[in-house]
Amino acid sequence: MIEHNQLLRFTTAGSVDDGKSTLIGRLLFDSKSIFQDQLEAIETASRKKGLDGVDLALFTDGLRDEREQGITIDVAYRYFTTPKRKFIITDTPGHIQYTRNMVTGASTANAAVVLVDARNGVIEQTKRHSFIASLLQIPHIIVCVNKMDLVDYDETAFNRIICQFEKFSSKLLIKDIRFIPISALNGDNVVNRSTHMNWYQGAPLLHTLETLHIASDFNKVDARFPVQTVIRPQSAHHRDYRGYAGRVSSGIFRVGDAVTVMPSGFTSKIKTIDAFDKELKKAYAPMSVAITLEDNIDVGRGDMIVKSNNKPRATQDLDVMLCWLNNHSAKPGTKYSIKHTSNMQKAMIKEVLYKFNINTLERITNTNELNMNDIAKVKIRTTRPLMIDSYRENRITGSIILIDDGTNETVAAGMIV
Amino acid sequence: MSKYYLNYLDELESEAIYVLREVWAQFQNPVILFSGGKDSIVVTHLAKKAFYPAKIPFALLHIDTGHNFPETITFRDKIISDLGTQLIVGSVQESIDSGRVKEEKGKNATRNALQITTLLDAISTHNIDCAIGGGRRDEEKARAKERFFSHRDDFGQWDPKNQRPELWSLFNGKYFQGEHFRAFPISNWTEMDVWNYIKREGIQIPSLYFSHERDVVWRKNSWIPYSKFLVLQADEHIVKKQIRFRTLGDITITGGMESDADTLEKIVAEVAIMRNTERGNRSDDKRSETAMEDRKRQGYF
Repeated sequence: MIEHNQLLRFTTAGSVDDGKSTLIGRLLFDSKSIFQDQLEAIETASRKKGLDGVDLALFTDGLRDEREQGITIDVAYRYFTTPKRKFIITDTPGHIQYTRNMVTGASTANAAVVLVDARNGVIEQTKRHSFIASLLQIPHIIVCVNKMDLVDYDETAFNRIICQFEKFSSKLLIKDIRFIPISALNGDNVVNRSTHMNWYQGAPLLHTLETLHIASDFNKVDARFPVQTVIRPQSAHHRDYRGYAGRVSSGIFRVGDAVTVMPSGFTSKIKTIDAFDKELKKAYAPMSVAITLEDNIDVGRGDMIVKSNNKPRATQDLDVMLCWLNNHSAKPGTKYSIKHTSNMQKAMIKEVLYKFNINTLERITNTNELNMNDIAKVKIRTTRPLMIDSYRENRITGSIILIDDGTNETVAAGMIV
Repeated sequence: MSKYYLNYLDELESEAIYVLREVWAQFQNPVILFSGGKDSIVVTHLAKKAFYPAKIPFALLHIDTGHNFPETITFRDKIISDLGTQLIVGSVQESIDSGRVKEEKGKNATRNALQITTLLDAISTHNIDCAIGGGRRDEEKARAKERFFSHRDDFGQWDPKNQRPELWSLFNGKYFQGEHFRAFPISNWTEMDVWNYIKREGIQIPSLYFSHERDVVWRKNSWIPYSKFLVLQADEHIVKKQIRFRTLGDITITGGMESDADTLEKIVAEVAIMRNTERGNRSDDKRSETAMEDRKRQGYF
């Protein structure tokens, strides 16, 4: 039943010309998620470009420059629904200078679809994207070996790429990797099973996406509730109401639970869990609720309500895996704003421990420079304690961004080690 | 057996409420851009839920082109009185009268693009630092590139190629004097999700969305409602049709579709099998291939 359907967010990654946009166009087209007027619009656009057939990539290339240059510049979001699931696709550019968008797309994804050109095999970009996917702890990675039609649907070509990929990915932490041979252009193994590759026993891509088990990917153990704002109606009807509004990051909260407010350390019990005019018995991720406590204690934005028997670390010193996203290089020793859950503080990069050579995964030490697209392990010191978990255990309470106060731009994304 | 995951509609609702609370916490003077269309109605409903039992903490900003459906205005005023919140009106007519903008001329003249100036003027006059919109990424290809928190420079312009990366749910709403933000809590919803949600929540929407009889004119493949603003061409005739609207914009540019769907159940069933996009009947999007991007860059909704 559609009422019980889950949402699956997946990101797509690959180099330029690996056929990402074509694959997405194909998924939408074959699952009948493309409307007649959209199809007519891209038919016209394809004719204008002097193409014989319909260029499915034009569905995702939305901006003027993208359509003119035939490349994807910015993250584009696409939606489709099958009788089994609702999908959000984050289409991310393959261009090296836009790698920050890949990190953006990966940060919210349940799954990553990594494209490899069957003719070229695993290349630098494939490695970079797979590394980012593992770094951002995307639980499921589906490697689509595309353009199988151009290698005569040859099984050995497919197996060779699996070998190449596994040699590289054994150094990464990826829980679930699958391989599918496809031709996005012709629709082989995208929505429908290919008739050209009887040697492939697995499921087509769409079926794989529809059946990935994602319910167990959430952290149900460590109950964390970052407070976004306090609801105080101060009306005649609700004179004494104080609801702490937020979204459960992880774990399960129940009415009556003994809780601690961090960083103050005050303890209380959960009195009610409110969702609009309904009172709930429990709340779990990613529910937005308002929690009221038995005792009148001081709680505000930036505080975190946790279960008293399971607390996060409160610390000013963080070891962080940092992706630098800005063309102004990092300046160790200067102050940045740091955002962690609903908490905003100042922070300083104290030390760059090492950078990764993305292609070999080797560590480069003795460096203090962080440039756009660099991934490095750094030490960060904050002005006040943050209540943290490691990113591996908790994607929400384990992640931070850095903001440059001179430009207000988001310059780095960090995963707490 | 108890389940510990949300269905897709609950997850989308929770995400939107999270965004609205983040807006409230990060900005000084946020407003909801209220057009009287279903998307802004859903955003207003979500805001009610996000801050309950407190009153909705946002004023509603309506950019009034003067070319409204009368039903939209009646509906707007009722919502305002029900919520007990403030209404701010930016008037395109006043922008024209004061010489800020010039009315378009000719058969296909509309006030659609003129709204940009009125909107940006209202934002600056009322010191608004965040305008919350009902824009959805599935609506249009330029909107597919929007962030939840979308930065506008001190000219109100959007720079799609230079957007701030938006990671996890860590939204960066920092801005300098004169700049502002647009926030889109229902970015991840599709048209179908909106209708399913309206049905599930029993949200009131203007009667225009339901099948009704109306005087219309056939123009550019849709039924344009007859109004005093419409200049009839020699080959055009007014006819009576049983129609409904799939989206609501100005009365001059919103095309209706023939339909007997007079209940939410029938509308949901109809939308499910629709073969054209909802903005397909909006002539404002048809002016060029990148009409929406071009207007958005200048500061459009």
